[in-house]
Amino acid sequence: MNSDALKGYKGRAKEVLQSLGGRVWANVVLKTDAGEFEGVILPRSETADGDHIVLKLKSGYNIGIRADRIQEIKETGYKEAVYKIPEKEFPVSPNKPSVTLLGTGGTIASRLDYRTGAVIPAFTPGELYGAVPELADICNLETLKLFGVFSENMGPEQYKALAVEIGRQIEKGVHGIVIGHGTDTMHHTSAILSFMVQNSPVPIVMVGSQRSSDRPSSDAAFNLRCATFTAGHSDIAEIMVCMFGPTSDEYNLLHRGTRVRKMHSSYRSTFRTIGDIPIAAVTPELVTPIKTDYKRRRQDRQVDIKPVFEEMVSIVYYYPNMRPDIIESLIDNGYKGIVIAGTGLGHVNKPLYPALKRAHEKGIAIYMTVQTLWGYVQMYVYDTGRDMMELGVIPAENMLPEVAYVKLGWVLAQTTDPKKVREMMLSPIAGEITEREPFDGYLILQGGLPEVERFLGQYHR
Amino acid sequence: MDFGKVDINDPALFESLGFKCGLEIHQQVATEKKLFCHCPVGLTKRRHDAEILRHMRPTLSELGEYDGTALMEFKTKKEVIYRLYRDRTCTYEMDDTPPFLVNQQAVDYAIQIALLFNCKIVDEIHVIRKQYLDGSIPTGFQRTMIIGVDGWVPYKARKITITQVNLEEEACREISDIGHVITFATDRLSTPLVEIITGSDMRNPIEAEEVCRLLGNSMKITGLVRRGIGTVRQDVNVSITGGKRVEIKGVYKVGNIRALTAYEALRQKGLLELQEKFNRQFPVPASISYKEDNLTAIFSGAGNTIGRRLESDQPLKVVALLLPGLAEYITTPLQPNWNFGSELMGRIRVIACIDSKPNLFFYSRRRQYDIPDRKWQECQTSLGWREKDDIVLICGPSADVATAINEIKIRIAELAQGVIHETRQDMKDGTTDFERILPGPDRMYPDTDHPPVRITEERVTANRGKVGEPLWEKQARWAKMGLHQEQINALSLSPFVGAFEQLAAEIPGKARRAAHLCTALMVALHRQGFVSRRPGNSEILNIFRTTLENDLPYRQVKNLLLAEDSGEKQVSADNGKLTSDAFEKVWRYAEKAFSGRTTENHRNKLRRFVVGQLLGRFPADLREILSRVDSQLSKAK
Repeated sequence: MNSDALKGYKGRAKEVLQSLGGRVWANVVLKTDAGEFEGVILPRSETADGDHIVLKLKSGYNIGIRADRIQEIKETGYKEAVYKIPEKEFPVSPNKPSVTLLGTGGTIASRLDYRTGAVIPAFTPGELYGAVPELADICNLETLKLFGVFSENMGPEQYKALAVEIGRQIEKGVHGIVIGHGTDTMHHTSAILSFMVQNSPVPIVMVGSQRSSDRPSSDAAFNLRCATFTAGHSDIAEIMVCMFGPTSDEYNLLHRGTRVRKMHSSYRSTFRTIGDIPIAAVTPELVTPIKTDYKRRRQDRQVDIKPVFEEMVSIVYYYPNMRPDIIESLIDNGYKGIVIAGTGLGHVNKPLYPALKRAHEKGIAIYMTVQTLWGYVQMYVYDTGRDMMELGVIPAENMLPEVAYVKLGWVLAQTTDPKKVREMMLSPIAGEITEREPFDGYLILQGGLPEVERFLGQYHR
Repeated sequence: MDFGKVDINDPALFESLGFKCGLEIHQQVATEKKLFCHCPVGLTKRRHDAEILRHMRPTLSELGEYDGTALMEFKTKKEVIYRLYRDRTCTYEMDDTPPFLVNQQAVDYAIQIALLFNCKIVDEIHVIRKQYLDGSIPTGFQRTMIIGVDGWVPYKARKITITQVNLEEEACREISDIGHVITFATDRLSTPLVEIITGSDMRNPIEAEEVCRLLGNSMKITGLVRRGIGTVRQDVNVSITGGKRVEIKGVYKVGNIRALTAYEALRQKGLLELQEKFNRQFPVPASISYKEDNLTAIFSGAGNTIGRRLESDQPLKVVALLLPGLAEYITTPLQPNWNFGSELMGRIRVIACIDSKPNLFFYSRRRQYDIPDRKWQECQTSLGWREKDDIVLICGPSADVATAINEIKIRIAELAQGVIHETRQDMKDGTTDFERILPGPDRMYPDTDHPPVRITEERVTANRGKVGEPLWEKQARWAKMGLHQEQINALSLSPFVGAFEQLAAEIPGKARRAAHLCTALMVALHRQGFVSRRPGNSEILNIFRTTLENDLPYRQVKNLLLAEDSGEKQVSADNGKLTSDAFEKVWRYAEKAFSGRTTENHRNKLRRFVVGQLLGRFPADLREILSRVDSQLSKAK
């Protein structure tokens, strides 16, 4: 019996299945000390215990039966379930823009995996057309699966491969690129791509979903439609994140890749532009610009791809009572850059100073950002700030901590000369540092206030 | 069929049709919090604080196919509005937060109910997603789980099978469903409920109603479930020989089940008769030569229902569809005041979202509308109408009209299949209307957000200890005590059943009187708005005890209860004899009420008030009361 026949089973349950001849996907009658149960044996999640066998009853419900109860397994049929989205050929029409969807994994399109009880990606244009037929009204879609990793496993290797592939696609002549990505680290990837891919002539749109596409309430289809529309039809040639505006199915927002952040662990409208306003709002039929200072689409095929990354960079989230050994260990382990997310305007406690000094003397680039996320680092206001600058800590303006982190990795891969590093770090490339923070760049409305409640009574949020 | 002549109380009629009925009873359980989040349970009458808008898309089930219902509901493309309430909903109900771990109190209650119905408890609970694309749940699926299987309850001389006891979350309350917008209130969403599923064991409509009552009352008497309007509802499955299982959803009144199941059985009988005829007349349904014509121009500006409808803000269209040789079908009655044409109207309302009444205008029913004959003649001419043909006029937005025409053809072709596997809604008068195609088991898939929950034998044993005597055993015992059937029925529903049991045990031989006190008397008083029906009130028990021990007359018990209800607590200790305490209390109250008013007229009023109050409670002590009142009055002078 092959291992798939006992998918996910271990311990007593596996023994019982083996000894009584039960296998996954078999239609069986289980004789137990509590009577007979009829159904299909399902694979078991690997994280579940080894004591139970999962049976799908005729009614469609699943139950777990304790393996020890089972006296006899009678197989009455066998049919392996195929997890397949109905695949139809994606229709091509000559007057539609061509869009390439690059897949990295994540939940933009997915199906269920019994082995882990989790969702796994599903991808080809045909599958996508089967799941979201409206895409054919928007563009001619091609897909390319680069990797199948979850968002948290994205790293420098994937960043580089992605940037190189984007270059290839632009050269090939696509009208726009969509990147399917898990949402957890989408803003890291959007930031690094903003540095690795400069002066793109076409929109590059990152998209994911907060509710997996196996559910009827999923945001995946709407996100995908908005993203492909942006890639195919908008004139915004930037790296953007395209995700729900409000939690209602009404419109998406296009966020600049260096100013966006995932701000809620589970909301659909989790992505927010920080310290600025979004570039545009988008529906599957219309892009409505909010900002005007975006880079415009061009007809040429020029793009600067700089796919480099120094991995020995770290981000340190400061907390009161932090001990210098945290910094020391980074020094001793050969790190070349440190981004600190400091308190308030950009502070850490005094006991850290000697360690910071030693790091600076060792040539480690140290940049300060704020854990308040909104606002600029300002190290002149208090003595402590000035002291730190003397130690070699460089304020990174209003760069978001994650953005400063990926940028430092990207810069250090190109030069180790502190002056050059500093110059590159502090010269904005893709809006990661802005000269001005608009008055409406920081709006966390507080619920409960009468005017906010009125607003919520009036608009679908 | 002449529905005026049908006797729905005749079991033989339905047994001859091969009537079969199964029940799914959805009963909310009495937990404080919801099933998968920590919001308090309960409805709110407040205005909502916010709204969100969503859509539902069909998804793949674990077996890789789209579900029939799912696709049908996707066709209707509804905007779904959810109303949010600060005190009743959190981000879980909005589907913006994954579920918290299942409410363990709810699991224990469900285990107890499953044990009550003699079920085997599953070793491991698996949370399953059951898809609902009608928007009634923001996730698009209901989280549900099997707690027990394979149980039974005794009924007459046999056992009714309880196939499953599930624990699941309640759906939203529908507020409105107009055109392409459906609105739901989320306060009820995610309230824990148990679903009791019986086998198709009921053989006639009366049995269906009786078994439903038995199951419902069995749960109510445990105290584990919520009571009141809307806390329980039934789905009723009906089929007859040659027919198919049709599910009548959301029946709130058990009293309606008899008529609903009877008329559904007869509807199926009617459809089977139509099937035979249809198959003879149209062996290939696809070859029926429908004809349609856009008649918007004829009706626009006309002074009839359709003309007025065309004056809407959005562009509408009128299409006439010729139904060749089908007039007789359209007019065939299938339920009281309900023919096959009505069946089509129900389908169009749901699928094409055309919901103005009427949404279809049939030539065969033309006397019911204000459309003049010459308009119909124009239709006839344009479509080449002949005897036995029917014409249907459809008015609505262009896309919806196209959907409607398609759906009419589908429904007519389905005549070849006889009865369609579908769900229907309770129209409250015993009849039903189309709701949707009945989904198969495909719409269930595992909930990856929630781990399996192991139920240990210790937990089952502990819960078994908490399951009280089942209702049917109580009823048998009560019958032995000499209670008549009506009293047994009333007691099964009474919140004072605990008081009855105590009295019957303490004072043997007076069970019938005790039952009367606990049921008929309390109900009568409650109807008059007098007595608070607090079953936990020990004073009420004391009054009953006194009554039974002293054989007090009915009028006196009533007065004692009224006094108790008005907050005068001293009545029971004196066994109905006037005491100084009771007198003082009433006197003091009267003095206060009449203070400052010293005229003779007022003094007389005060005297009458005090005597009236006390006489009600101590009717045997009239002299005593009068002498005390007069002595007090002279003192007060």
